[in-house]
Amino acid sequence: MTVLPGLAAPGGGAAETVRGPVAGQRRRRLLPYLLLLPGGLWLLLFYALPAAQLGATSLYDPGGSLETGYAMTGAVGNYPDALAAYWPHFVRSFAYAGIATVLCLLLGYPLAYAIAQKAGRWRNVLLVCVVAPFFTSFLVRTLAWKTILSDSGWFVGVLRDLHLLAADGRLLATPFAVVTGLTYNFLPFMVLPLYASLERLDGRLLEAARDLYAGPVRSFLRVTLPLSLPGVVAGTLLTFIPAAGDYINAELLGTPRTYMIGNVIDSAFLVRLDYPQAAALSFLLMAAILAMVLGYLRRAGTEEVL
Amino acid sequence: MGHRLGRWVADRWVVAVALAVLAYLFLPVAVVAALSVNRPSSRLSYDLNEFTLDNWRNPCGPGDMCAAVVRSVEIGFLATALATLLGTLMAFAMVRHRFRGRSATNVLIFLPMATPEVVLGSSLLALFVAGGVPLGFWTVVIAHVLFCVSFVVVTVKARLAGLDARLEEAAMDLYASEWQTFRRITLPLVLPGIVAAALLAFSLSFDDFIVTNFNAGPATVTFPMYVWGAAQRGIPPQVNVVGTAMFAVSLLLVVATMMRRRGAVAA
Repeated sequence: MTVLPGLAAPGGGAAETVRGPVAGQRRRRLLPYLLLLPGGLWLLLFYALPAAQLGATSLYDPGGSLETGYAMTGAVGNYPDALAAYWPHFVRSFAYAGIATVLCLLLGYPLAYAIAQKAGRWRNVLLVCVVAPFFTSFLVRTLAWKTILSDSGWFVGVLRDLHLLAADGRLLATPFAVVTGLTYNFLPFMVLPLYASLERLDGRLLEAARDLYAGPVRSFLRVTLPLSLPGVVAGTLLTFIPAAGDYINAELLGTPRTYMIGNVIDSAFLVRLDYPQAAALSFLLMAAILAMVLGYLRRAGTEEVL
Repeated sequence: MGHRLGRWVADRWVVAVALAVLAYLFLPVAVVAALSVNRPSSRLSYDLNEFTLDNWRNPCGPGDMCAAVVRSVEIGFLATALATLLGTLMAFAMVRHRFRGRSATNVLIFLPMATPEVVLGSSLLALFVAGGVPLGFWTVVIAHVLFCVSFVVVTVKARLAGLDARLEEAAMDLYASEWQTFRRITLPLVLPGIVAAALLAFSLSFDDFIVTNFNAGPATVTFPMYVWGAAQRGIPPQVNVVGTAMFAVSLLLVVATMMRRRGAVAA
């Protein structure tokens, strides 16, 4: 233990009492770094380093293979090649994820509002109800939609009887099924942040709006919605990001014609073993999502959400 | 007058829509429960056919399914323990200390949550392949700890930030050492947050498919991977038994905690 010599100056006895706090302060300065070290190392080693490796892999010579090994040739051409081959999948991913996010907002807002403002002592029970479906496995839940939307199921039957669907029309293996699954699977990610911001909404503000002769629509648009905007922003991000990268719904409820970019990345890495192209696609997806998120946050003007 | 009528409609409308949305959320769970007592007409059929309790009597009927569940539980426990430890330490550093590199650390914690799972999984795979690391049980654990840590940090941070600092000051005033204060005051108060974080981590790990599929290699089969594989060749109905049982057990756990908390508040 080293003590600054100047501090120990006033007599031998005082050194003892001074040494404690100084050493303590030093430990205090080091403490946060010690606390961060294991977790931070984990994130650096298994998040930052892989991201760099992904970038490097995307520039490997596309002529190589896993057996012969890849040569690092800085093949920037992998990007335009990958984009030219799979741009429809990118468009589809963002379209499906965008529609699902809007649907989640339309369905999730009334639910979150009702729980936050109308549920009273049922609030906690209803919150549990929102997350409870998550207790069954994601894949098993998604497969259940195969039963619900099945050609011989009651839902398709009713739609056919009402002539909303042609006699041989189907829902399964269509974009409708994929979007339904995405909306369903990511709805709680929308509801929870919405709830968090609506719960803090001061009822007196709505009363004030009412006293000032604002109708329900206007007090919603002028008071409730703006105050819940942080929840809307957080919810849309938490829904859109995983939905755009998801490929479980497209695989289980759709067909190759509804495949999203995740399906392509999965098969490029695990079936076709075309690592450079797979890495380029993966990198493009990340970049596109980051760009969209930043653009969206700038427009929404609530950067403090992060 | 018109406004009052409008408000009445708006109020009822919101509640009605909310109930309909809840029904939408529960519909697949009900279908899973129904399928767990269904005898499918053929291996590839997803339609309700005939009532039977056979699937519940013989849950481990389909060869490797129970082994896959056990594998998922093992990975879940390991990943949860590690992620909870690392994440809790980080949360303490972030809430309790001011230090250089704090905002960079914040970004590093936030990024994995903002990265789609395909990217997370595929970049780890690229690293493992480039480094010659054999894929299997441990690469899955590493990957699961990675995507759980950030959620643990966020959960514990929220609890820690809401903590009344005066309680700790009072303990120090009463001559408790720093360690005693931590052990007797801080830790018990933060514990509910840590438990919630651990439960979240376990459910994230147990349920993960995408990241696992990239990093498991051919020999390590978790429950979601088993279901994925089975979806191509025909799903055994016992899969729905596992789904229903998971739902029931977690719901019981949550209800029990809520009752205990209510009891504690009443006492």
